[in-house]
Amino acid sequence: MEVEGGSRSAGAGEDRTIPIQSGQPMAFFQFTQQNLPACKPVLTPAWVITACLLMGFIFIPIGLVTLRASHSVIEIVDQYDTECVPEVHKYMKAPIYIYYQLDNYYQNHRRNQIPNVVGFCLCICFDSKLTPRYLPESNHGLPIVPCGLIAWSFFNDTFKFIRERTELMVNRKNIAWKSDRDHKFGKQVYPFNFQNGTFTGGGSLDPSIPLSDQEDLIVWMRTAALPSFRKLYGRIEEDLDEGDLLEVHVMNNYNTYSFGGKKKLVLSTLSWLGGKNDFPGLAYVFIGCSSIIISIVFMLLHVKNPRAYGETAYLSWNRKSISG
Amino acid sequence: MKRYVYINDDEASQDLYCDNRLSNRKYTLLNFLPKNLWEQFSRFMNQYFLLIACLQLWSLITPVNPASTWGPLIFIFAVSASKEAWDDYNRYLSDKKANEKEVWIVKQGIKKHIQAQDICVGNIVWLRENDEVPCDLVLIGTSDPQGVCYVETAALDGETDLKTRVIPAACMGMDFELLHKIKGVIECPGPDKDIRRFDANLRLFPPFIDNDVCPLTIKNTILQSCYLRNTEWACGVAVYTGNETKLGMSRGIPEPKLTAVDAMIDKLTGAIFVFQIVVVLVLGVAGNVWKDTEARKQWYVLYPNEGPWYELLVIPLRFELLCSIMIPISIKVSLDLVKSLYAKFIDWDNEMIDPETGTPSHATNTAISEDLGQVEYILTDKTGTLTENKMIFRRCCISGHFYGNENGDALKDVGLLNAVASGSPDVIRFLTVMAVCNTVIPIQSKTGAILYKAQSQDEEALVHAAAKLHMVFVNKNANIVEIRFNASVLHYEVLEILEFTSDRKRMSVVVRDCQSGKIILLSKGADEAVLPYAHAGNLLIGAISCSIWKFLRPLYFIIPKFTSGQQTRSFIEAVEQYSQLGLRTLCLAWRELREDEYAEWSLMFKEASSTLVDREWRIAEVCQRLEHDLEVLGVTAIEDRLQDGVPETIETLRKAGINFWMLTGDKQNTAVQIALSCNFISPEPKGQLLSIDGKTVDEVCRSLERVLLTMRITTSEPKDVAFVVDGWALEIALKHYRKAFTELAILSRTAICCRVTPSQKAQLVELLKSCDYRTLAIGDGGNDVRMIQQADIGVGISGREGLQAARAADYSIGKFRFLKRLILVHGRYSYNRTAFLSQYSFYKSLLICFIQIFFSFISGVSGTSLFNSLSLMAYNVFYTSIPVLVSVLDKDLSEQTVMQHPQILFYCQAGRLLNPSTFAGWFGRSLFHAIVVFVISIHVYAYEKSEMEEVSMVALSGCIWLQAFVVALETK
Repeated sequence: MEVEGGSRSAGAGEDRTIPIQSGQPMAFFQFTQQNLPACKPVLTPAWVITACLLMGFIFIPIGLVTLRASHSVIEIVDQYDTECVPEVHKYMKAPIYIYYQLDNYYQNHRRNQIPNVVGFCLCICFDSKLTPRYLPESNHGLPIVPCGLIAWSFFNDTFKFIRERTELMVNRKNIAWKSDRDHKFGKQVYPFNFQNGTFTGGGSLDPSIPLSDQEDLIVWMRTAALPSFRKLYGRIEEDLDEGDLLEVHVMNNYNTYSFGGKKKLVLSTLSWLGGKNDFPGLAYVFIGCSSIIISIVFMLLHVKNPRAYGETAYLSWNRKSISG
Repeated sequence: MKRYVYINDDEASQDLYCDNRLSNRKYTLLNFLPKNLWEQFSRFMNQYFLLIACLQLWSLITPVNPASTWGPLIFIFAVSASKEAWDDYNRYLSDKKANEKEVWIVKQGIKKHIQAQDICVGNIVWLRENDEVPCDLVLIGTSDPQGVCYVETAALDGETDLKTRVIPAACMGMDFELLHKIKGVIECPGPDKDIRRFDANLRLFPPFIDNDVCPLTIKNTILQSCYLRNTEWACGVAVYTGNETKLGMSRGIPEPKLTAVDAMIDKLTGAIFVFQIVVVLVLGVAGNVWKDTEARKQWYVLYPNEGPWYELLVIPLRFELLCSIMIPISIKVSLDLVKSLYAKFIDWDNEMIDPETGTPSHATNTAISEDLGQVEYILTDKTGTLTENKMIFRRCCISGHFYGNENGDALKDVGLLNAVASGSPDVIRFLTVMAVCNTVIPIQSKTGAILYKAQSQDEEALVHAAAKLHMVFVNKNANIVEIRFNASVLHYEVLEILEFTSDRKRMSVVVRDCQSGKIILLSKGADEAVLPYAHAGNLLIGAISCSIWKFLRPLYFIIPKFTSGQQTRSFIEAVEQYSQLGLRTLCLAWRELREDEYAEWSLMFKEASSTLVDREWRIAEVCQRLEHDLEVLGVTAIEDRLQDGVPETIETLRKAGINFWMLTGDKQNTAVQIALSCNFISPEPKGQLLSIDGKTVDEVCRSLERVLLTMRITTSEPKDVAFVVDGWALEIALKHYRKAFTELAILSRTAICCRVTPSQKAQLVELLKSCDYRTLAIGDGGNDVRMIQQADIGVGISGREGLQAARAADYSIGKFRFLKRLILVHGRYSYNRTAFLSQYSFYKSLLICFIQIFFSFISGVSGTSLFNSLSLMAYNVFYTSIPVLVSVLDKDLSEQTVMQHPQILFYCQAGRLLNPSTFAGWFGRSLFHAIVVFVISIHVYAYEKSEMEEVSMVALSGCIWLQAFVVALETK
């Protein structure tokens, strides 16, 4: 590390001491002379090698911890059509989260975001205020609440879980973001004129419940970024033992066959880092390993051809004159 | 087009010409908005952004809120519009101040106080001491009985000395009352911008004395913006008013210079634009295909079966909008900002303040600092640039005797002092010429000391030297020159002044010796402009060379060696000897005129002076008729010392790979000597000086080819080969052998061009520019202005020859040695910083754009934007534009390192930091970073966490961290 300070002029021979105008703060003076104190790290071989090694030694443990957390999560994924019988192969501790997963479903398609397709109001009009902000003409000359293609294509499969002939209780409260419930979806706004026209898309809503309590809809309305996504359905608040057979009664309402999408049911526990995902752990380990390897390669290269630091003979024009 | 100005006659010219309302304003209140918008939209970048912004208004295709483009666009427009408006408002205020200034004029014989803007052509304007002149006036009366007044023309040409102006002969001796009633007509050319010329005639109407046409020159005018000094009052007739004055006409916006870096950025922008179009086409086609094959099956996106006719265009246009951020909207603004900072750094630099005068350096042109780092050729003037332009009289040769050879100072030479004391006639005559033959104005200060105000440093040196040798030029009272020699006072009446022009290279005065009544012609000038006209007994070439001279007039001509005459030989010897020492030589000569000869010539001179067409040439021709058969009195040698640090500066910059050319109006020998003494060329064993000369086309051709041949052979040897060429040969070479000369220019690293005219200097700059070299021209005088304006970078030295060059230049510095710092420190840093900043701007926009493109592949190629409008705007405006500004203070190497190893500049010169391949590196970097950010964020946020806003925020913060890291890594 070389630290270039403000008192640079000490070294320069031809510098004349020009008095600093009083009233001009020192920092401004240094700024005008482009002489602000600066730290100039020089990437010497030793520096680079140490930094790489250090990075490796920090990243590998992080990766391993992350991987461990991911592996501690037990996850059951089952594709279903009309029914499915997932088997618990390991003890699962409550709460167990139930997700439905859709593959090859483009919820992120642009048409889901544009506000204007004939016959439908596609804007988000669930204001926390009493009245919806935007009430366009619908096919009956009446406003549609909630509106938009996403709401219209609302997912409406339902699941019933039975273990050894007793029904498992599924908690379907508190599955949506708190901020969405409190602020985004109005407490006084009730579904109106929804799925009422000639086209019917997905599921319908109970017009007597305000939007802020329709948590299924709120979850669905959070657009997924990837074409294959999971959305929370509910929680089972009982432990499941190894070898338990669950019987799931599926109301298969939602049409994914027309475009070859797949529907899956997912049961999963959570670790302190969230659901099962090996990628971050693997990425950390990979980066850690590669930086260690790079540092070793650098070290070998440096030991083989050492080069003095600050040697002017290596400058390109000097080298030329040596060789020529 | 001629203009007839009727003095004091309102009816005749009232409506013909514009009033004296000054207007420098570009806009009016009404046309500001349309005109300014039109100007801004004439730039390609702005057109592009406007198109994008308009497309975004179409809600069907816009992926983001239109505000994300309109916001920055309106902001940028508002910034530059308000800057323009502010400038214009200031111009309006200063115009208003000038327009509403009260002046005294005479209307219908009555003196009135009116505002300056109401002056009409033909009005008589009265000025008092220290008044500013409100419009171009023809002088008709002053407080001085001899009709002289003094003006300061600093605002016009930057020269701070006082200039004398005289009233025309016809108005001489008119008293106060008469001036109120004067009537007449001035015939003058239409308005032009030449501040050194005014070829007009004046005729007064009866009853005012003579009915003759009286010629007017620039000497009879006082121009707008000058100040009246040392004169109680003066009055004149307004001839040009308002924006038609000489000043108004010469006002103009110089063409903006484009730097190599700017050109490169434009090119890269074009390349990115093409890339963008390709991406848009590919994705557009893919999107349409996907839509028709897949999306129709997906009931939940609800594609209508029949779309409107433009359906196919929707997806490509959407992608166009999505990719429009590839070209960063902020690049122009941030570049302008940092460039003005670079310029400020130059202004602020304490190490570039002239210690003698305290003048700081100044960057007039704030937009071309990067070019300083890429200079390949420096074309420099000699006098005043390499040298101090502080002339000191050192030696002289009077009728064969050399003075000052022993101790290097003729003023202390005992021989000369004795000769003066003993009153040797030759020496006395020599001193008389030194003291009288000039245009110096002596000003007696209150203490009795005499100050000389001179336009020419040489003249000042001569007058000072004469004063030291007891020939004191005491006073100039109109035409009477008062000289004090020892105890006696001599008077000379100046009859005519045959002025110096760079073509004639000599000046003469015709005086009447008031003691003896004889009329004498006193001349001084360059040797080749004086010696050939020496009289036959003195010099044999006489008539023959005179006739040759008519054809070769402006050109250097080797003085024939075959002349006989001991004295002449000694003069030629003296000239050679002095110029080898690097001294400037002048030959002094005189001749007694016969009364009738003068009378006859005087008529011709008068006629020539009153011509309207080609006056300068006609006068020169007439002068020629008098300046012959001269008796050469002697040769003076004046020293012009080298500035401090010139050799070191040249050596350092040469090491940095910069080639030097010296362009001077001086003689070959002097130029070569100066060149040797300041490391410009190396002496014999190491260096080689080739010369191109010749008087005819063939000779020049042969010598050019010989030099070229030598050059080609020696390029491989480590030898400094330079060539020297004089103005005459240069003229021929440029005219007939342009190609060969261009090749020579490329081959040689050093050249000396002597005896060149201002236009030849500009031609040489043009020649080097045409070979795609970055040129820097440095000079200090009015004769360098053209070269400075022509070059890529013009540097003016705010020296003693006035400020003309410094005003025309892009940069003005106090001393030549600051050039080193200007180029190596400021130029280099500016180049590095701009190279980083511009590529970084593209990098960060490409980064975010690539992520958008990748995202489109997992969102059904439908043109969904991953990021919302607000975060996009914040990313462009806030997160990425502000942190990078620290790079303005970035220094990759310390200043000392650069000064010690000037070779580092090679990198800048070759454009190693900003070219297509470095740009490709940045492009690859942004692609790589985008892949990393995208892959990590979609994998880490897979499945249940794949909520779009979460992913977009994570990706955005990834981009912000990465680019911040890049900034930290790249700034050293």
